[in-house]
Amino acid sequence: MSAVGRFHRHADGTAHDHAHARDGHEHVPHDLGDHSGYRTGSERVEVLERIFGENDRTAALNRADFAAVGVRSVNLMSSPGAGKTTVLRETLLRLAGSMRVGIVEGDIETSLDADRLAGLGAAIALVNTGDGFGGECHLDAPMVRSALPRLPLSDLDLVLIENVGNLVCPAEFDVGEHARAMVYAVTEGEDKPLKYPVMFRSVELVLINKIDLLPHLDFDLAAFRANLRAVNPAAATLEISARTGEGVDAWCDWLRAQVAGAPAPVIG
Amino acid sequence: MHELSICGAIADIATRRAGERRVESVHVRIGQLRQVVPDTLTYCWELVVADSELDGAVLDVEQVPARIECRDCGRTGEIGDVPVFACHVCNSVEVSVIAGEEFVITALDLAAV
Ligand SMILES: Nc1nc2c(ncn2[C@@H]2O[C@H](COP(=O)(O)OP(=O)(O)OP(=O)(O)O)[C@@H](O)[C@H]2O)c(=O)[nH]1
Ligand SMILES: [Mg+2]
Ligand SMILES: [Zn+2]
Repeated sequence: MSAVGRFHRHADGTAHDHAHARDGHEHVPHDLGDHSGYRTGSERVEVLERIFGENDRTAALNRADFAAVGVRSVNLMSSPGAGKTTVLRETLLRLAGSMRVGIVEGDIETSLDADRLAGLGAAIALVNTGDGFGGECHLDAPMVRSALPRLPLSDLDLVLIENVGNLVCPAEFDVGEHARAMVYAVTEGEDKPLKYPVMFRSVELVLINKIDLLPHLDFDLAAFRANLRAVNPAAATLEISARTGEGVDAWCDWLRAQVAGAPAPVIG
Repeated sequence: MHELSICGAIADIATRRAGERRVESVHVRIGQLRQVVPDTLTYCWELVVADSELDGAVLDVEQVPARIECRDCGRTGEIGDVPVFACHVCNSVEVSVIAGEEFVITALDLAAV
């Protein structure tokens, strides 16, 4: 027999959903302050632990490892195909020689994106998320941690993390980055910030990509900006085309500012 | 979606906290802004606990609506289905999220020893 989920709203406005185990025993509403347990013989034990505490502890370790050698890290997120890898390619071409960059490439099954970034002077560590436990849709802190030994961290200035293309899950996972940026493509529609507010709220910068296509679309940039402001008034934006290179220099300046803001290495 | 990872994390904590005792229920509090679909979560929970020490344990999800507080006029209000993070009274965008980002295990119901 499959589980039956029930949903009801309490007087205080909170809603509960109950997954009932196979034996289908009855649930009696109760308050959390009740330590007597709602069935004879059971005891309510208060826990109060953050569900992603383990991930967040690992993220803190990653951040500390970056900080120890004066590296800044940026978590780059987007929907599938918005242009993360193309932006990274253009970025590496521009930063070559002036900044030492490492890439953590999150990809579900393949090395296709990592291959596209090879030979441009950046150290690349690929993380396949396909065999992670339910991890196929995002990078988490342990996955990024597993990639760090494959980067020459102490020789780098910046680590760019290409997350898995997904507008929901990556936003929930701190991977140890210092800043978050998004690639949003003008082909995605103006309403995306309202549909995925958690993602759009979690970033400092939104790259509005594929602006070379604007003449062919009826995309309303002002409406997009209004929607973005509704969920994240503080987000910076840059209009770019990873295809023509327009605006990519401004993004590189943003990255340079990130690196300049890095605290000095702890160990000299 | 990431409901499987969430259930895995909940199960790890519950197993560790329960020690030798059988877990009857796991109570979690999840804010509206955590993008968790309750039905998907309960479905994944069944998959994750099947044939484990937690088999049969009930996942009790308390959802918390998102609320904002205006730093300009002090009013608080719920964010509705359209996620506009601005004050409903004075339209200021200087608002703080005061509820809706919860993501915690609050309690376990453990069988008597
Ligand atoms: N016209 C146009 N096409 C672009 C632009 N940027 C990327 N593309 C194209 O969009 C497609 C997807 O680009 P990718 O860079 O692979 O996107 P991604 O976000 O890395 O994709 P995933 O890693 O699969 O999520 C490719 O065909 C790119 O050539 C742009 O600025 N303009
Ligand atoms: Mg890519
Ligand atoms: Zn106000």
